[in-house]
Amino acid sequence: MKKSLVLGLVVTIGTLSFPQAVLSQPEAELQSLRGSLSIDDTSQQATWKSVGPDSEPIMRNYVHQPPLIPHTVEKYHITKRYNKCLSCHSWANYQKANATKVSSTHFMDRDGYILANIAPRHYFCHQCHVPQVDAQPLVENVFEPVQILQPW
Amino acid sequence: MSNNQQQDTAVKKKNILARLWANLKQPSSRYSLGGLLVVGFAVGILFWGGFNWAMDLTNTEAFCISCHEMEENVYREYQDTIHYNNRTGVRATCPDCHVPKEWTHKVVRKIQASNELFHKMMGTIDTPEKFEAKRLQLAKNVWASMKATNSRECRNCHDFESMDYPKQGRRAVDQHIKGNDEGLTCIDCHKGVAHSLPPMHDIDPSATIEGS
Repeated sequence: MKKSLVLGLVVTIGTLSFPQAVLSQPEAELQSLRGSLSIDDTSQQATWKSVGPDSEPIMRNYVHQPPLIPHTVEKYHITKRYNKCLSCHSWANYQKANATKVSSTHFMDRDGYILANIAPRHYFCHQCHVPQVDAQPLVENVFEPVQILQPW
Repeated sequence: MSNNQQQDTAVKKKNILARLWANLKQPSSRYSLGGLLVVGFAVGILFWGGFNWAMDLTNTEAFCISCHEMEENVYREYQDTIHYNNRTGVRATCPDCHVPKEWTHKVVRKIQASNELFHKMMGTIDTPEKFEAKRLQLAKNVWASMKATNSRECRNCHDFESMDYPKQGRRAVDQHIKGNDEGLTCIDCHKGVAHSLPPMHDIDPSATIEGS
């Protein structure tokens, strides 16, 4: 019982002093989203980022990454009646449209059976595929893909 | 007796028509030739102006969407598209795409519009369900007429010869050059640019999945 009491005291003092130790560091200063702006001032207007002109296909960062879309997808609707992406990227249309075709994995249902048309789980392209805007990373990033994915 | 009555009414009718015709054949005894000409000219201007005014009035977006079938279905779909709202604010409204600008073609289309008046009266598409049921047929009609006129209405604004290819994206340049070489017209590729597409099973089955 004495042992558990001492242990409990040590743990309590440790947890109480820990945040103090963290907060006393000079770099971790708490700021709201407004930053140092007062209530009266207006903040700087956010710039509107757009996708930009059609680009070359973008190299993937890891092997199973769904490829990024190198063009704008504004107004290209995917509805239950029609998938605009497939009007160029389906196996029937890709040669005429000079586009990449959807991968054969898209014809498989979750049990691995090959279907005669795009599987419903792969019908909504934007669940996995996105275009890119000209936005720089907010935090410095030293990620490197594996050797074989790096252009030479 | 009835025979007599019939003869009487027949004679009466002949009298009215005959009198009118005799009146018109006679030269005017009360009015001068110049007066008649000036008045006729003025009235002619009025009627011709009125005719054109009516044509222009029926050629506005406001007139088209005065029918709820149009306002609730195709107009609301069109409001999501680039022809309604875009960077430069240059718009195409209902008549710009659906009514030819040349006078002869415009008059022909206006006469064809009596079919639309008839169906408005019959209420052929006056509920959303009825409209959806007929959407494919209506879309095919419009596509067929655009194909037959070589997308004449698109070319009201978009001139193929004036396209600045360096300003277009990679895909657009490829497809426009290829399409022009193959003799395609705008509507062959640019379907669904202003209104929602109908069920596309029999047009492009690779871009649909079953059951829709």
